[in-house]
Formats: sequence, C-alpha cells, structure tokens
Amino acid sequence: MGRFIARRLLQAIPVFFGATFIVFTMVYAIPGDPIRALNGERPISASAQQALRDRYNLDDTLLVQYGKYVGGIFRGDFGETFRGRPVAEILKEKFPVTARLALGAFIFEVILGLIAGILAGLRRGSFLDNLVLVSTTVVVAIPVFVLGFVAQLVFGLQLRLLPIAGIQHGWVSYVLPSMVLGSLALVYIARLTRTSLVENLRSDYIRTAEAKGLSRPRVVGRHALRNSLIPVVTYMGVDFGTLMGGAIITEGIFNIPGIGREVFLAIQSQEGAVVVGVVTAGILIFILMNMIVDVLYAVLDPRIRLA
Amino acid sequence: MIDRLSKKSARLAPVLVLALVAASCGGEQPAEEPEAEPTGGAFSMSICEPESLIPQIGAETCGSQVMNALFTPLIEFDPLTDEVIFAVAESITSDDNVNWTVNLRDGWTFHDGTPVTAQSFVDAWNWAAFGPNGAGNNYFFGPAGTNIVGYDDLNPEKGKPDAEELAGLQVVDDLTFTVELAAPFSEFPITVGYNAFYPLPESFYDDTDAFNEAPVGNGPYMMDGSWEHDIGVNVVRYEGYPGTPGNADAIEFRIYADLDVAYRDVQAGELDIADVPDAQIESGRAEFGDRFIESASSSFTYIGLPLYQEEFQDPELRKALSMAIDRQAIISAVFFDTLTPADDMASPVVQGYREGACSYCVFDPDAAKEMFDAAGGYDGTLTIWFNNDGGHETWIEAVSNQWRQNLGVESEFESAPFADYLGRLDQGIDDDPGTEGVTGPFRLGWVMDYPSMQNYIENLHGTGAGSNYTTYSNEEFDDLLAQGKSAGSLEEAISFYQQADDLILEDMPIIPMWFGLNQSVTTERVDNVIIDKFSFVDAALVEVAAE
Repeated sequence: MGRFIARRLLQAIPVFFGATFIVFTMVYAIPGDPIRALNGERPISASAQQALRDRYNLDDTLLVQYGKYVGGIFRGDFGETFRGRPVAEILKEKFPVTARLALGAFIFEVILGLIAGILAGLRRGSFLDNLVLVSTTVVVAIPVFVLGFVAQLVFGLQLRLLPIAGIQHGWVSYVLPSMVLGSLALVYIARLTRTSLVENLRSDYIRTAEAKGLSRPRVVGRHALRNSLIPVVTYMGVDFGTLMGGAIITEGIFNIPGIGREVFLAIQSQEGAVVVGVVTAGILIFILMNMIVDVLYAVLDPRIRLA
Repeated sequence: MIDRLSKKSARLAPVLVLALVAASCGGEQPAEEPEAEPTGGAFSMSICEPESLIPQIGAETCGSQVMNALFTPLIEFDPLTDEVIFAVAESITSDDNVNWTVNLRDGWTFHDGTPVTAQSFVDAWNWAAFGPNGAGNNYFFGPAGTNIVGYDDLNPEKGKPDAEELAGLQVVDDLTFTVELAAPFSEFPITVGYNAFYPLPESFYDDTDAFNEAPVGNGPYMMDGSWEHDIGVNVVRYEGYPGTPGNADAIEFRIYADLDVAYRDVQAGELDIADVPDAQIESGRAEFGDRFIESASSSFTYIGLPLYQEEFQDPELRKALSMAIDRQAIISAVFFDTLTPADDMASPVVQGYREGACSYCVFDPDAAKEMFDAAGGYDGTLTIWFNNDGGHETWIEAVSNQWRQNLGVESEFESAPFADYLGRLDQGIDDDPGTEGVTGPFRLGWVMDYPSMQNYIENLHGTGAGSNYTTYSNEEFDDLLAQGKSAGSLEEAISFYQQADDLILEDMPIIPMWFGLNQSVTTERVDNVIIDKFSFVDAALVEVAAE
C-alpha cells in the first residue's frame, strides 16, 4: 500500500509539470494585450503600461515566464492578478465555496442515486424500476441551465421556499444549486448501480449464496452490492474531481462565488495567473481523487490487488 | 420610445420638493422639518465585481458605484438637473482659464477622522499622474484630460520619470491649492467631479493594497468590514459627514456575475435594486409598474470609419452609409425599444446637444443609394469590425443587412475579444496602416466622463485624441474646440462646440447609432431611487420604507 502510494505520487510529478506548462502556454498565447484591455476604451500612458508590464514579467519570453511562475509556486506564491490581488488569496476564498457546493451535490447524488439504483436493480421490471429509468432519461435530456432556471422559478420565485442566489443565507443557499449540480451525476449513478446490480444478481456466486441459505439482505448487502459498486465508485471519484473543478454554469445561475465562475471570468479578462493557478490546484485534486478511488477498489474487491 | 421630457418633469416634482426641504433644513431646524432627517433602514443593490476601489485606478461602473458612496469630490452634479453643486470645494476660480484657485470648505474629514486638506487632493492627483503607479485614470491629468502642467515629466515615453509631482499643482495652505493647466480649459471645474480627482487620506500611501480592500473616504457612507470579493461590499452611514447625510443607515452592494440573476433576485424580493437585462424590458415594465425606473444615460454607440483607408476618405460615401441605416427599426427589433436613435455627435444629456442636428442620421435609402453611387460605391466586400464579448452580433448583422438591401454592398465580419480588438484599432492608426489593423467600419461606444459636449467630441475627433480611432484631423475643428475651452462663459463655449459639432456632422467620420437609457427595477421596500446620467444610482438619496 505504501509503495503504491509513493509510486503514484512520483507519477504525479511529470503529470503536474506537463499539464501546467500546456495550460500556461495556451493562456499566454492568446492574442491581445491584457494591460491595454485593463483600461477599456480609454488611453493609458506609455510609462503606466510599462510599469505594469514589468510587474507581471510580460516582456519576458514564455519559458522565462513559466520558470518564474513555477519558482513562485514552491514559495506558495501563485502570482497576482493584473489588479494586484494575490492569486493564492483568491484560491483560498473560492475553493471552500466550490468544495461546499461539490460536497452538497455529491451527497445528494450519491444518496439518491444509490437508493434509486439499488431499488430499481432489486425490483427489475417493476413499476419502480420503470419509473427510475424514465425519470432519469428525462433529467439527462434537460440541459443543466434549464434545470437551474426552472428550479429558481419554482422553488425560489413561486414557492419562495429557498434562496435563489448568493451564499449569504448559510448552508441553505447551497441546497438548490447542489441539487441542480448533482442531477446529472445522479442519473449516471442510479443507472450504473442498477445495471451493475442486475448483472451481479444473476451471477453464479450469488446463486451459491442463496443456495447456501443466506438471508436476502445478507446476500445483497454483503456480496452483490460490493461488487456492483466498483464501476459506480470509479464514476463517483471522477465526478467528485470534476465537481471540485467548479461548475461554471450552475455557479453562474445561482451567483455562487466559486472557482468555476472565477475561471470563466479570468479567461474573459485574460487573467492568466488565475487560470493557471486554478488548473494547477485542480490537477492536484484530480491526482488525489484518482488515488483514493484506486485504494477503494482494493477495499471493495479483494481480487483487485494494488499492483 | 419614451418621451424623455415628460418623464423627466413628472419625476422632477417630488425631487424638487425633497431638494427644497433638504436645502431649507441644513441642520438648523431639524425639529420643524422631519423629512430632512435620514429615513434610516438598510437596502441592497446589485453591482458587478469591481476592478478596484481605489478611485484613481477604477474606471468601471461597478467600483465607481461604491466609490460614489464612500467619497465626495470637489464638485458634484445634481442627479436630475446636472447642475454643479460645490461639495468639498467652496469655489474653483480663474481669470484666464489657465491658472485656477481651488478653495476648500472647512470641516470635511475622512472616515478615520483625519481632515480633508488641500494636501489630500494634491497628493492623490500626483499619485495618479505618476506613470509607474500604473493608475488607470492617469490620463485624466494629461492632454486627453485636464492637461495639468508637468504631466509629461511624470509620464515619459521611455525610462523612469524625472519628477514625482506635477509642477502645475501647488498647495497654498490647508484649504487652498492652485492648478496650472497647459492650455486654457474653461470647463475645468466640472471635470474634477470624476473618480480620478477624489481626495485620499494619508493612510492610503502606507498600504495601497489594504486600502483597496477597505477604502477610507470622505463620503456619506463608510466601509463596514472589508470588500468581500465576488460577494459584496457593505457600508454604513458616516455620522461625521458635513453634507446632507445619507438616507439609509446601511447599504449592501451585492456582487452578481450575471445581470439576469440579480433581476430574478429582485423579483423574489431578495434584492432591492437591480438593472434590467435587455430581454426582460417588456415583461419588466408590465410586472413592476412604477417600480420600473427608466432614465437617460450618457452612453453613445457609434460605428467609426477608418479614414486611413482610401475607400473611406470620401465624405459622401460615409454619409451614404449613415443614411442607409434605419436605426429605429434595429432598436425596435433587437433592443425592444430601449434606446433612442442618435441625432447628434453628443448625447442629449449634455448642454449644447441639438435635436436632429445630424441630418445624415435620418433614414433615407433612396438618397443614400444616389449618394453612394455618385461617390463611386465600394469595390468588393466591406469588413465590419466589432468586439465579440459585448453581445453586438445581432445588431451588427442588422446593419450589414440594411447596407446590402439599400446600397447593394456585401459585408463580412471580423471580431475579437475586447482586449485584442483595441489592439487592432491601435495598429490601424499607427504609422504603417494595413498591418492587421482595422480595415473597415468598427463599432465603439462612449460614456461621458463629465457632463460636457466637449467630452464627446474632442476625445473622439480631436487630432491625436485618446479615443480618436478614425484618425480624423481637422485644424478648424481643433481651433474651435480650443476656443470653446478658453471661452469666458458656458454659453460662449457651447456655441464654439456646436460650430465644431457642425463640422463633424458635415464630415461624418463616424456614424452615430444610438443613445442609451438606464433601466432599473426596485422592490417596494425602497423609494426615491434616482439614476443619474452616468448610470449610477444615487445611493445616498434612496429611502427605505418603514417596515
């Protein structure tokens, strides 16, 4: 186990450098002068421009800029936005918000998805199963922004049950956005669980367990479920990583100041430092999530050895 | 299309009453005029995330909306009449329109208790004008703005500046300072109402970054906590304010990334004031009734023509292009009648504007076609340029359709994000045109920095002016402007500006498109919501209805 983790961490290093370099290059290769754009349609004096260019190393070559940037990261300095705000501070403010949203969505989709999937899988062909299949199809067919607007309209404006924007109401503010955000993944989890369960319930070892006289809950809970959950856990790990990357659309609709919206705005205003900073943090999170998922495999299925 | 005049006078009445009451009160007989007491309560309004809360840096509306509550400049403008109100300044006088003496009133303090002195202004202006500080509003002190003597020393083309202070600014005593301009400018007093000229306390220079998070100003409201990025800025009334106190006790400037969400929050009753997205204008008018507030804004949209391209050098061709556009049709179809067609080179909100002055802005497809053909037409396909991140695609396409229909000329489009777009415009006017510069009609907009016709016409059409992307250069025009700026009275100045305006109306270096309107909606909790010509809500005037 220890060796496995150590090897994974070593593998993470080239991934980290490769990915950040690619993103860095792409961001700084965008045409247009961000300093010029800072002032909009108004003029900016040459020496004011030069002062800003010096401050952000914009006149250096790409490799030198990248080198300075990576050097900064190891000191905890993720650079500054063109307005002078340290990117590290922005990350510190925005990631917890996105994390709360991601956690809310995750809990919602996992609990509801698993319950729906398990019930549907156990009662294959029943009304409940068909209900789950049809409703998941409907949900996946509706684009997330439509879901978001409708949720705002119904729960916020008409029923006045939940706040529809911002995070000033505490955890209640996260309820609606989490539900909207988790809706798509909920569908996948439900269906994956259902299909996986159905397949496993027909397999030989389950027949053996039943023949041995084990009770239904034990057969399902201890044997079938553990195997069925392997593909689901894979998906959940990937999904959580994606969630942590920020949900631009959902955050936009509900005005949540998270990392997704921040990246979107940074791309628009060519704040390279923010984009690269967020992506770098995102890469690290993804690497971590993948490692956790792999470890979970071994827990769920002893046949899978950590090579 | 709204009739601006009747709307204006209808809303003027209650405000006049309020103004009369407030004026007569002046803190002398509070017991007899209770309406002059602040009404109290707290309200919220939407803003977008400011770029900066340092007045000398921030130029966009979001931050400025907050800074207007936190700071009071030398002079202010009455939100409805645009009359100049002397705030911190007691007087700004000059004999020759070059040397100005600014006298300050006594008793003004910053929120930290320190006094507002002449030094507070002079130091702040020097800081902004000093090139290496990279202040966004730096150009207001140079030739594109007030043109204070010494600006060039602080902003050399290359290398470090020789000086750190403007030679033209001198502190005489605590309440007096002098300004020397490099050229006469009779309207100098009204230019100093803008962010760039706000005073700054000494604490600013110790830590500008910390100041940005919690500015210490001299306005009717002070910071309550710090700027919570992407969440909001909270302010409370400053009790030591010598002017008219703000009505509400506290204001929450809530930050929204998306206009639509703010609008929905007002519908849900969670937010008190928000702008109206274009798509909601029709339904909003119906739904909100008299809580739908509409007023003239100073915004001006135009299509510039690159005069450095041979094809556009014939004024007859330019006039034809302008006359072939049915502005009202586009406004009705694309903008739900939320704009007014432009008929002058300056906005109706400034004095000197003349209704219908632009004779070539009238839609006349037959005359346009005649003129177009007489000028030799246009060989090949027009390339129309615009920035693709402002939602302009639809109306630009409409314009190109009209040109095809009425003049028989085809167009193709070139667009870029705003930063890149400006770069292309710059390249076009550099000494070697044609190197990836803008080669055809281009879309741009203008919002006034201060209420003067000069601000519209000089910045866009003066030789070498900061926002002159057409490269229009007319000595007679520049002369008339200079005469206007050194005129003895406002009437005289305006007559010169109008003569200059006539020149460009005849030359048509740009095609004026339309003037903007402000539209906002409010909940029942708030009253007396007035939006000024700069599109700011006058936050200090907003009243919160008793619960």
